[in-house]
Amino acid sequence: MSAVIEGKGGFRAWLNKRLPVDQFVEDQLTGYYAPKNFNIWYFFGSLALLMFVMQIVTGIFVTMHFKPGEATAWNSVQYMVREVQGMWLIQTMHAVGASFFFIVVYLHMARAFLYGSYKAPREVLWLIGMLIYLALMAEAFMGYVLPNGNMSYWGAQVIINIFGTIPGIGEALVEWIRGDYGIGDATLNRFFSLHVVALPFLIALLVGLHLVALRQVGSNNPDGIEIKEKLGPNGKPLDGIPFHPYYTLKDIVGVGLFLTLFAIVVFFVPTFGGLFMESPNFEPANPVSTPEHIAPVWYFTPYYAILRAVPDQRIGALLMALSIAAFMFLPWLDRAKNKSMRYRGLASKLLLAMFFVAFLVLMWLGLKPADPIYVTLARICTAMYFGFFILLPFVSKADGNGPVPERVTYHAH
Amino acid sequence: MSDHAADDTVPEVDESRRKFLIAATAGTGAVGAVLTAVPFVASWNPSESARAAGLPTEVDLSRIEAGQMATFFWRKQQIYVVKRTPEMLASLPNHNEELKDPESKDSTQPDYAKNAQRALRPDVLVLIGTCTHLGCLPKTRFTPNDATVMANWPGGFFCPCHGSKFDLAGRVFKGSPASVNLKIPPYSFEGDNKLVIGVDAPEKGAA
Repeated sequence: MSAVIEGKGGFRAWLNKRLPVDQFVEDQLTGYYAPKNFNIWYFFGSLALLMFVMQIVTGIFVTMHFKPGEATAWNSVQYMVREVQGMWLIQTMHAVGASFFFIVVYLHMARAFLYGSYKAPREVLWLIGMLIYLALMAEAFMGYVLPNGNMSYWGAQVIINIFGTIPGIGEALVEWIRGDYGIGDATLNRFFSLHVVALPFLIALLVGLHLVALRQVGSNNPDGIEIKEKLGPNGKPLDGIPFHPYYTLKDIVGVGLFLTLFAIVVFFVPTFGGLFMESPNFEPANPVSTPEHIAPVWYFTPYYAILRAVPDQRIGALLMALSIAAFMFLPWLDRAKNKSMRYRGLASKLLLAMFFVAFLVLMWLGLKPADPIYVTLARICTAMYFGFFILLPFVSKADGNGPVPERVTYHAH
Repeated sequence: MSDHAADDTVPEVDESRRKFLIAATAGTGAVGAVLTAVPFVASWNPSESARAAGLPTEVDLSRIEAGQMATFFWRKQQIYVVKRTPEMLASLPNHNEELKDPESKDSTQPDYAKNAQRALRPDVLVLIGTCTHLGCLPKTRFTPNDATVMANWPGGFFCPCHGSKFDLAGRVFKGSPASVNLKIPPYSFEGDNKLVIGVDAPEKGAA
């Protein structure tokens, strides 16, 4: 118990007896010690939280003007950006924000790969993070369908039809998801409900659990050694510094830089050359005219490329599901003693590099038409992608056991 | 009323009775939860009006010229109806070895359309106008020998999205990204000139 609570008088003492404000700040911020050797990769957790808050706030305002439904959705978006003051900016922030959210989340995940942050004792932290990733994908997909542009319509057509490849129940399942024999009012209205109510609640809950699990096990760090094993006389880690004020201030610098980049894109290149907003979506949905080339938004394209790489649609859908599910098994596939790539052998580093290359090339291929040369490339990259998960147990066991330093490596600036 | 002395003694716990009661309560609760979920799951099914809008579509065939195609909507899908000429029908058997699934073994169609012409009545072709690759709408390229589609083109459909090619029975050519033939919806005829999309033809000998 802090002194403030025991002190007499004052509003703060009165409040703390009824709501443990000071205790919470002490437990979670000023008394929570994080490793002192964080680098630039450690910006992306707080930035992901920032993006979540931004999507909620801009989303609340977009919802005030949006009218879900086949006949009204497209017009209401046009109306809000053209005729309602300020909405041109808020709606663009929401649309561009989705892409920035995924940039931040992918970098946040890449950090975990680099420093083995998914390894024991952080398996549950990683699994909760993966559930957030899945919920975010559902949230982003439905958000993309809602304005009922032509790419919304045909993208939804293709993605929902993937469920039709499930043997036996596929056709009935697709009908149940759509609530009609095609994408219609029923589909758009249920997607609106899920996008605005159900999934944001779920994501908020999962983010809360993610933070609770993080406080329980503590942050990993670029050296991948546990700072809790070397405690100072005050019982706090010798290599730790209080999260507040040290990391809150560091994160504010990250937020400043990040928002500068975000503003540049929002104001000058909101479509980002068709990557963040695709040109067919500037036309209303048209069931009798398919876009020249159907491609999902960039953050889904690695999985889309895997789906298309397989000549059989059923196996393609299965591989796509597997490519996402594989992340869940990472804590148990990686059998190295050391967490961080810094203290693993060349084979481990090359294997991880292969995975990163495969992921990025698949991302690019998913945006390309399904020409034979691209399909061949996608098959090679799919093999590399799954090769990572298959080889990881052997490679990590063989060369992930070298010596690690006693204390974190840190140089004062 | 019991006396105080009795209250102070700890009664012996009947473990098996307690286990049974816990299991029975939890089981009843679980059944209730599942039954309560039924209306929530059912609310996602197509509504009565969506089902009504999915009723059969009737087509007057006398308004389609031989050799031409008309499109109709049935269950939010485009339906292609082609009146095939004798020349069109004669071209069908000539390119079987260029097709992925010439006998429509892996493709979706009613049994009465699983034949050489993929039709209940050879002169009328009925297809769901959705490419079996990724759901684009294939375009008509009925003129034979159209070199812009491919050499020795017999006439058929061409999907502009990813280049899938189909013949005049909706059968997919080798080299297309689509792996199966265009789907055929259930349909039947009432008289010579009325096509009903969405109602299966009666089995032979049944009616």
